[in-house]
Amino acid sequence: MSEAAIDTSGMKVTDEVVIEIQHMHKWYGEFHVLKNVNLTVNRGERIVICGPSGSGKSTMIRCINRLEEHQQGHILVDGIELTNDLKNIDAIRREVGMVFQHFNLFPHLTVLENCTLAPIWVRQTPKKDAEEQAMHFLSKVKIPDQAHKYPGQLSGGQQQRVAIARSLCMNPRIMLFDEPTSALDPEMISEVLDTMIELAQEGMTMLCVTHEMGFARKVANRVIFMDGGEIIEQNEPEEFFTNPQSERTKLFLSQILNH
Amino acid sequence: MASMEQTAPQMDLLRLWRDKNARAVIIQILTIAGLFFFTFWIVSNAVTNLETIGKGYSFDFLFEPAGYDINQYLIEYTNRSSHLTAAVVGLLNTLLVAVTGIILATVVGFILGVLRLSKNLLMGKIVYTYIEVVRNVPVLLWILLVHGMLISSLPSPKASVSDGWDFLGVSFLSNRGFYLPQPNPEPAFWATVIAFFLGIAGAVVFRRHARKVQDATGKILPVFWVSVAAILGLPILVFLVTGLPIVWSFPELKGFNFVGGFAIKPEFMALTLALSLYTSSFIAENVRGGILAVSHGQTEAAHALGISNSRTLQLVVIPQALRVIIPPLTSQYLNLTKNSSLAIAVGYMDIVATIGGISLNQTGREMECMTIVLLVYLCFSLLISAFMNWYNKRIKLIER
Amino acid sequence: MTDVTEQNYPPGKHPSLPPPRNMTGWHVWIWKNFFGSITNTVLTFLSIFLIWQIVPGALDFLVFDSVVNAGSRAECREIADGACWAVIVERFEQSIFAFYPEEERWRVILAFILLFPTVGILLFDGFPARAKLMKFTIAYPFIAGWLIVGGWGLEPVSTDKFGGVMLTLIIGVTGITLSLPIGILLALGRISKLPAMRIVCVAFIEFIRGVPLITLLFVASTMLNYFLPPGVQFDLLLRVLIMVTLFASAYMAEVIRGGLQAIPKGQYEAADAMGLKYWQSMRLIILPQALKISIPGIVNTFIGLYKDTTLVIIIGLLDVLGIMKTALADPKWNGLPEEVYIYTAIFFFVSCFAMSRYSLYLEKKLHTGHKR
Ligand SMILES: Nc1ncnc2c1ncn2[C@@H]1O[C@H](COP(=O)(O)OP(=O)(O)OP(=O)(O)O)[C@@H](O)[C@H]1O
Ligand SMILES: [Mg+2]
Repeated sequence: MSEAAIDTSGMKVTDEVVIEIQHMHKWYGEFHVLKNVNLTVNRGERIVICGPSGSGKSTMIRCINRLEEHQQGHILVDGIELTNDLKNIDAIRREVGMVFQHFNLFPHLTVLENCTLAPIWVRQTPKKDAEEQAMHFLSKVKIPDQAHKYPGQLSGGQQQRVAIARSLCMNPRIMLFDEPTSALDPEMISEVLDTMIELAQEGMTMLCVTHEMGFARKVANRVIFMDGGEIIEQNEPEEFFTNPQSERTKLFLSQILNH
Repeated sequence: MASMEQTAPQMDLLRLWRDKNARAVIIQILTIAGLFFFTFWIVSNAVTNLETIGKGYSFDFLFEPAGYDINQYLIEYTNRSSHLTAAVVGLLNTLLVAVTGIILATVVGFILGVLRLSKNLLMGKIVYTYIEVVRNVPVLLWILLVHGMLISSLPSPKASVSDGWDFLGVSFLSNRGFYLPQPNPEPAFWATVIAFFLGIAGAVVFRRHARKVQDATGKILPVFWVSVAAILGLPILVFLVTGLPIVWSFPELKGFNFVGGFAIKPEFMALTLALSLYTSSFIAENVRGGILAVSHGQTEAAHALGISNSRTLQLVVIPQALRVIIPPLTSQYLNLTKNSSLAIAVGYMDIVATIGGISLNQTGREMECMTIVLLVYLCFSLLISAFMNWYNKRIKLIER
Repeated sequence: MTDVTEQNYPPGKHPSLPPPRNMTGWHVWIWKNFFGSITNTVLTFLSIFLIWQIVPGALDFLVFDSVVNAGSRAECREIADGACWAVIVERFEQSIFAFYPEEERWRVILAFILLFPTVGILLFDGFPARAKLMKFTIAYPFIAGWLIVGGWGLEPVSTDKFGGVMLTLIIGVTGITLSLPIGILLALGRISKLPAMRIVCVAFIEFIRGVPLITLLFVASTMLNYFLPPGVQFDLLLRVLIMVTLFASAYMAEVIRGGLQAIPKGQYEAADAMGLKYWQSMRLIILPQALKISIPGIVNTFIGLYKDTTLVIIIGLLDVLGIMKTALADPKWNGLPEEVYIYTAIFFFVSCFAMSRYSLYLEKKLHTGHKR
């Protein structure tokens, strides 16, 4: 990632609320993973979520597209409440894209087929249009020339960029990232982060679990710190890094910044 | 130095032995020579032994009358037919058991494999018990047990009629076999057969068409239901319209056995049931392994893209699972085919029991008969492994 | 997803609460495992139906209506119409020793008892003084052979007196012990760099794997003598042992080849770089690793071989299955196939299930070993 400050003119936060989480609780069996989570996200926000391992970051963002069920409280995405209603779940999953730590590309399909699968079978897009669109996003993540290869033939950074392109092909209005760079070698991290920065510059609403603090400073408009299943504090990045409020945040920051 | 004092030819040999390539050649020459001498030795032994008892090595006996009866034949056979015909009848019987057994075992195995993975605890445990019990007992024992149970529990033909071992009064289960009405098609039945093949062709054409429509407009057509309608519905419709052109020959009790109809012999039933029972337990484990091999992340990624449950199965899980399942599946098919040679234990006349059993004993042509049997099985194996290699190449996941 | 009145805790101080009542407890467990969805409910009822159809009838037949003390099938039928275990009771000893002379049976029992420490030493790492006792495991086959066959001071017993469980174990154990080393050689040959070697091994392995065991046994029983010099005769049991061993070796070779090919190329190169000769590098570096990862496959081959020993009845040897089948021909017990076969099936199930559990245990152990 380049050290120079980035162009932030495209990053505009609007008043429109796209995600609303109210008093959300979740249990795994007897284990209380998420405790009274409250979060409101406006369109255009870039939120970075950090916190120690096991604090429930992944669980929280996986609740937003219902890969996990919550047991108490409410989650509203684009005004639709997440319940067991399959129609709502389908509708929300079309609005929300997700990028995983371990890419989860489909190994039996080429890069292009990975990208066109959902548009063809979910949105019923004609194949040619789907491919054109896929090529557009693949160019955007700078790997159009790999379109006909299989995921197994790509490097980790390339695979993750394919995964981002694959999500974008569904034209999501919100993107969730779960530690997209933590399975990558250092030299590949920046290529993925650059892609994410571009996305942010185009005004995408993003929730991103990551420990890349440089990225948080540059791109995020809000940093959330979680611990023990709770949101401990949230603030603008500048404030968050220079003037953390809680002791736990200070400890966490000192641990990840001093090594 | 010691090596200097050695004589020249020895040194050459030693140097040859030290040279990597030369040593490789020497070892190979020795292997081949050894093998050659071994073959020569056993062949010359065989020639001497056969000469002493006055036998040659010739396949002329194949064209002499076999002189024994076979109770199930797919082509014309009487005890005046030749040994060759007997061998072909046996081969066809082997294939019949193998194909029926493979179909049954696959269906049962896939169902069990999926049930084993179901969230239902009770069903999971039942299937687990079934699989473990079945595959830890020798297949020969299953064949004998199923045969024994059939023979000891089924009534004689007479009792079958009087004690109600019938289905709708037209099929009878007895220790002589399962007698079913035999359909004898009238000329007009051809229309139905043609309709069936037209149905298949239609389904294929529709599938292509649906693919084209989807590519062009994105619209997803109901390929599955249309195919079912074309392949099953159309022939049934034609069958009804042409006025049910089939005459049934019903089994009837005459004396001690049934006459007419069409019989599934108890030996065939026992062998097929036991083989498919046994093989299904292995297939179930393969299927389970194949499905489990598709990582949870794959389903999650598909769901995150908004792909529905059934489409995720169709587009993501099954294609990947099949890659894992099919190679061991084909080797299970081969095992079933080879295990069908245990037919001899229940008196089903397969290739081993005909040419390798009765013909062998009657003619004393051990060498020739066993050669035929071994070659037949080798052909099966080669065909199946050729298919496997082709398939593995085709589906291999491309990786760095 | 009901709303409870949220108490306000300061950030970071929220206690862990028990989950809402509607997601824990036995009723939830039952709901989840048996009725969660339509399919699940259908499966539950189907299972109950199956159990209800099979279990009571089977229990009646096997236990409640069964007869243990009776002199013949007819007597059994007079008492109750369940399983007639009397036949097993009468034939039990024969099912183990067959026709082995009664006064010499202690030798078989001794050989059998000695099998346990041998297997124990081989299979379990924790066996006391394992390294020293390894020599005993090598001596065992000879000791057992001497005890069972006789000679050198013991009364010789002809092999046609062998049968029953004893024969099953003899064929199984011999096949298992000998097929391993032969299988290793074949596997090494198959991946060798020398084409002639490779072709010979591939041809052998694929031939054996391509034909059913029963045809090989037929070859052994009907035509093996033709290939030997005139006058030389082999014992039938010996011929069968040879065939069974060859058969198992081919399968073993394929399992071990899988293990050999799973060893990273770097290991072969490292061994070469250390200046080890071919056999040294195989013995010290490659084989120990390859064998370790193929152990589950090897055990599965063993189980297959052990089950396949039953095929010898088709060429007239009387293993457990064979000897019990003779009971069916006895007019006294005529017509009791279920009892006889179920007894034999239980014998095989117990031994094979134990072996497959062991293989599973090894697989788990290997798995953790590789993760670290
Ligand atoms: N499927 C599950 N069943 C039971 N417990 C789970 C499950 N998934 C996660 N947990 C537990 O929930 C807690 C939160 O997990 P989560 O994956 O959300 O943490 P995280 O903050 O993403 O950590 P990391 O930084 O390591 O990814 C952990 O203690 C974890 O052990
Ligand atoms: Mg996580």
